[in-house]
Amino acid sequence: MMIKTDVVIIGAGPVGLFTVQQLGLIGLKAEVIDNLDKIGGQCIELYPDKPIYDIPALPVCTGKSLTDNLLEQIKPFKTNFHLNERVEEISKENNNWKIKTSGKKIFLSPNIIIAAGVGSFEPRKFAIKDAEKFENNGIFYSIKDKNIFKNKKVCIFGGGDSALDWAIELSNFSEVTLVHRRDKFRGAEHSSSTAHKLEKEGKLKIKTPYQISSIEGDKKITGITIKTEEGKSEQIQADYVLGFFGLIMKLGPIAEWGLNLDKKTIPVNTENFQTNKGGIFAIGDICTYPGKLRLILSGFHEGALAARACFKLARPNEKYRFEFTTTSKTLQERLGVKKSD
Amino acid sequence: MPKITYIEHNGKNHTIDVPKELSIMEGAVQNNIPGIDADCGGACACATCHVYVDEKWFNKIPKPDDAETDMLDVAYEPSKFSRLGCQIVVTDELDGLVVKMPSKQA
Repeated sequence: MMIKTDVVIIGAGPVGLFTVQQLGLIGLKAEVIDNLDKIGGQCIELYPDKPIYDIPALPVCTGKSLTDNLLEQIKPFKTNFHLNERVEEISKENNNWKIKTSGKKIFLSPNIIIAAGVGSFEPRKFAIKDAEKFENNGIFYSIKDKNIFKNKKVCIFGGGDSALDWAIELSNFSEVTLVHRRDKFRGAEHSSSTAHKLEKEGKLKIKTPYQISSIEGDKKITGITIKTEEGKSEQIQADYVLGFFGLIMKLGPIAEWGLNLDKKTIPVNTENFQTNKGGIFAIGDICTYPGKLRLILSGFHEGALAARACFKLARPNEKYRFEFTTTSKTLQERLGVKKSD
Repeated sequence: MPKITYIEHNGKNHTIDVPKELSIMEGAVQNNIPGIDADCGGACACATCHVYVDEKWFNKIPKPDDAETDMLDVAYEPSKFSRLGCQIVVTDELDGLVVKMPSKQA
């Protein structure tokens, strides 16, 4: 599948979303790609309910309400979101960038705007070395098909909702041991009490405060050893080991695209937020320049300027006109608030 | 100004003056000390400024709140001396504090 567009935005966080609006106003079409399964980036993944006090003209909002409002604001532009997809590879093809995703989609666009925050969200993994050897072969960090666990011995690690929910769910037809590093679970109170109830009924084992110390098995996992900080250890038979430690941000393939990097950020010029590669822009937390502030409001400004620079490459034969939404008929038509004459 | 010692996982020591009211995380980031990522910028939302507080100091620091303890669940190799650098505020009482960084943050 080949998708042609004016701009590909990598990252569906607040800055990527607002940039869709800025592009839409000047008549450019954007496609948005994000590795998360939902729109909103860090605002949704890390702090949906936490208050934000420094969005201009919004005395207070939350990560969730900010995202909802931005989605409302970009509604007129009917944007396609490609979620659960990570951009793997980019290459230059004449005047376009060719962008390949993990979902095997291919985009062709003169402009790429990287609004990827601190990188893409990926599952946090077990710290022990053996875990890598068994990854996707006995060790999983997400569940695609729960049926493979039927009548098997499953060890689940973690103290949040995912760990609790899956422990409860799988206890219906698997032999589940739930392991957590401290006695208290941070997941929903209700789930925590359900898990403890199941433990009393003998349908689920709970081991706290334990962490994994080794994995046994040659080609397949046969068991694991867990231990407390005091050094008390215990062996558990296991066919599968599941880890639910939330998500972490990794720069990922972006580091391979030949862009200049400064630690985990991309240097840009402050005139149009272009990187060292023509047609590739970086905005929001992922960009850096003298005086950079990692604030959402700064990302909005950066997106507005990058959008104008995209116009030059997407419409090389047209002249960009600066207009206000309060007075411009064209902009109001694009916003769908004024019928064309 | 309080002196804070950061010890990298490889044992390398950095003793620096950190202005009062900055966090341990900010002290490290502003002085380019490796081993503290601070992906979320100090919102107690990512656990990538995880440090092990020196045993002698651990109980002299104000206790973590629930949000921090919850976040520590997802830190890399947490121990009972684990804290998040963004949640420890430098005061005169913490002059001489020693923290160690984990082998990595994720």
